[in-house]
Amino acid sequence: MADIKIGAYVCKGCGLGERLDIAQLVTVAKREGKAQVAREHDFLCNGAGVAMIREDIEKEGINHVVIAACSRRAKTDAFGFDNVAISRANLREGVIWVQPDTEQTKEITQEMAADYVRMGCAEAGRMQVAVTNPAHGSNKRILVVGGGISGMTSAVEAAKAGYEVLLVEKSGVLGGWVGRLYRRMPSHEPYSDPMETGVPELAKAIESNKRIKVYLNSVISRTSGAPGQFSVDISKESGGTTTENVGAVIMASGFEPYDLNKLPELGGGKSPDVVDQAGLEALARTASGGAIKRPSDGKEVKSVAFVQCAGQRDDSGKHLAYCSGHCCNTSIKQAMYFKDANPGVDTVVIYTDLRTPGNGEDFYRSAQRKGVIFTKGKVSEVVPGTDLQVKFKDLILNEDAVAKADLVVLATGMVANSGVDIDAAGGAPNVEGQPEAAAGNGKQVSVLNLTYRQGKDLPLLKHGFNDSHFICFPYETRRTGIYSCGPVRRPMDAQQAIEDATGAALKAIQAAENAALGRAAHPRSGDLSYPAFRREGCTQCKRCTVECPFGAIDEDEQRYPQFNESRCRRCGTCMGACPVRVISFENYSVDTVGYQIKAVDVPDQFSEKPRILVLACENDAYPALDMAAMNKIQYSAFARVVPVRCLGSVNTIWINDALTAGYDGVILMGCQKGENYQCHFVKGSEMAHYRMSKIDDTLKGMSLEVERVRTCEVAITDIQRAPSIINEMAETIQKIGLSPMKF
Amino acid sequence: MSELNKAMVNKYRNDFLKEVEANVEEGDWVKMCMQCGVCSGSCPFGPYWEHPPQEIFMMIRAGKRDDVLKSESMWMCTSCYNCIVRCPRELPITHIMHGLANYAHRLGIAPKMNPTRRFAKLFWKNITKGGRVNELKLSIGLYFMDGFSNGIKKGLEMLPVGLGMVKTGRLNPFALLGGGKCKGAGDIHKMLKKAQEIENRRKGFAS
Repeated sequence: MADIKIGAYVCKGCGLGERLDIAQLVTVAKREGKAQVAREHDFLCNGAGVAMIREDIEKEGINHVVIAACSRRAKTDAFGFDNVAISRANLREGVIWVQPDTEQTKEITQEMAADYVRMGCAEAGRMQVAVTNPAHGSNKRILVVGGGISGMTSAVEAAKAGYEVLLVEKSGVLGGWVGRLYRRMPSHEPYSDPMETGVPELAKAIESNKRIKVYLNSVISRTSGAPGQFSVDISKESGGTTTENVGAVIMASGFEPYDLNKLPELGGGKSPDVVDQAGLEALARTASGGAIKRPSDGKEVKSVAFVQCAGQRDDSGKHLAYCSGHCCNTSIKQAMYFKDANPGVDTVVIYTDLRTPGNGEDFYRSAQRKGVIFTKGKVSEVVPGTDLQVKFKDLILNEDAVAKADLVVLATGMVANSGVDIDAAGGAPNVEGQPEAAAGNGKQVSVLNLTYRQGKDLPLLKHGFNDSHFICFPYETRRTGIYSCGPVRRPMDAQQAIEDATGAALKAIQAAENAALGRAAHPRSGDLSYPAFRREGCTQCKRCTVECPFGAIDEDEQRYPQFNESRCRRCGTCMGACPVRVISFENYSVDTVGYQIKAVDVPDQFSEKPRILVLACENDAYPALDMAAMNKIQYSAFARVVPVRCLGSVNTIWINDALTAGYDGVILMGCQKGENYQCHFVKGSEMAHYRMSKIDDTLKGMSLEVERVRTCEVAITDIQRAPSIINEMAETIQKIGLSPMKF
Repeated sequence: MSELNKAMVNKYRNDFLKEVEANVEEGDWVKMCMQCGVCSGSCPFGPYWEHPPQEIFMMIRAGKRDDVLKSESMWMCTSCYNCIVRCPRELPITHIMHGLANYAHRLGIAPKMNPTRRFAKLFWKNITKGGRVNELKLSIGLYFMDGFSNGIKKGLEMLPVGLGMVKTGRLNPFALLGGGKCKGAGDIHKMLKKAQEIENRRKGFAS
């Protein structure tokens, strides 16, 4: 693609022809935009318009196309041409829909449109056609780590979809915790009685499935590579290691119950007759439908107390801070074990808030019908003895009470088996003796043993669970091609884990398929571009390797960054991080945006025509502005909006360039950051805010007011707010005056 | 302690919920309460109850037999049915309240001086006598419930209303002498006796 031949096409449809001087825009594209071919069309996105562009591509050899029409988010199918670089000048949503249709404003509206055409041509001129990453792998095998209900379901579902599966289980049997249950919660109508776990049948189905290869008594001792080309070492307990290649990984390493011994005040470890929910399942399996006998003296249990939220939802910081979600239903189920065997057994569930999600409400009602007593109270102490005493505060009657029981069951909750906390270990690899997780069960053993520079396991989101976003991107971890499902992702019950596992299996298949085509995974799914860096310019500062939210960049032997393109999500955070600007994508680089900024015509200081640069995240802020336009919400005609892949990709040089070029204000619009982040690339917005927090010194150095640069969080729903932020900046500039940096 | 109460205490010992389920009208619903408190919040008399329905249900489950049965609370119910309409678990709360009151009364441990209970007794005696309510006798009985001088005072207070009713033919002063009985009042007595027998047998009360 040595010769760049730009074809610029200006649309007259959707009212553009009436509002704008299209002929002038065509001239701008030709003279200033250096477009070899510049044409106008009455209705560019219809068959004739598209055919015109196609003809130019074929006959004139146009390889860079500038569409000056609607937003880049509209008509993507019509304007999708293969093997050409496409740039879009947003004249509809970006200009005529946000400007008033009056004679007085005609001039500045036209100037706005002309700038967008210049910017489009400038971007096209610096773009290259994205071609597939040559280093992609095409392995489509799925590795499932963990043979519990989640892992087994993932394996079966992936196999059903036609993919080869490796299933690795640490213990000697498949089934995990659900396999150790006597019965599980019902998953279908009428939700009234506990049901069979179904684990033996599932295990049999796996063993007889030719597509699934099972490794028992095995762990993952090494994982390296990228989607489509992972290489894993599977080590057997008895010794011996097998190396396998896989395309994607599902981490279903499950949970451990929170350690009973950490709750001595509730009798944990003090009496054999105080058990956790797993302990009760074991007793129920022994009884197998008969009378459940207590561990201390084998006496038939005549009364049992269930203590909910034992060591959970704890705000003192000593125990688990969260709700494990399944325990209320589990205790209800376990109380039914007693009631079903002998309705005369006294069963009391002491809870502070009974949470029975989904159809658990019917299950709860069924237990009440069976005579299980539910008492709202906060348990303070369990006194061991032959007659255990459960001391609690009755929260309805507001008084201290005591319940006597032969057996006490503590609902202790789930602790994720998420491996080592790579952030707690300072992100450094191969650290011996990881520090204890604050409220976990103690020493963490790595699950995946990743050879990534960023650490051995998946980054954690909250409370030791390794999701990346519980709501927006379930299963998506921050390591591309590795998906987590089941209680390692968030606390859940078996039914939810089954649904989770199915979702993760499909995600893993998508990742492997995308990787085989050299394309990006979510959220820029299908993107063919990938980051490249100019080795000779690199100073080995390692900012890119540290700031990449997805651990895509390692270091080679010479300490240069080593991009694993298949792990990359194409957010460009590395590009924003690079102080020497050597990282770029084919169709998105420091230049593609930088030249857009420089292409804008900046009138002199006395024109009273300021220029405001808006760098808007293409995921939330840009669509918000588009939607504002659809609602005809107007904003300053002096704003020039440039979409960016993520605010994290904003290189501070752009701000510098804009200010030295005479822009009067710069606004960065990114997604919500911090704990409840909404950034599609997890850390991008946060990184941008952090970088921009240091811009004040630069501004002062240039003797500019700090108000001229603003970084804000904009949600996709902020269709009123996003334009008002632009207008506020315009007002601020009016107050403090135009930038003196104009030439 | 009445004989019946003693018998019940022995029969159920600590398990008051089972006792309520067996003996109180609609008592088997008590276990279905999920303690949301909508009943207590909906009750127009809510703030005046010592133990609103939600609490009563909790106390039953907690085995507080005496506190529940000796309470004045369920006697406060005016049968407005707000709670029944709103209960998400569809408990017939009004009926349970009346059932509890009735059961406590049968056991002889209901608060002796509770005005609702006393009026209910008066009403029952009045209506069962002739199969029809003798309103004049019922009102006078109500006035004199708290003693002779109180009765005279209340009677005089209500005199203008009474005279107005007599004038418009709404009140027959001769009803004081009796009359107004339905035909075959004796048969009604027999029916009631039989019904009582059946109930006692069913609930295991000694008749």
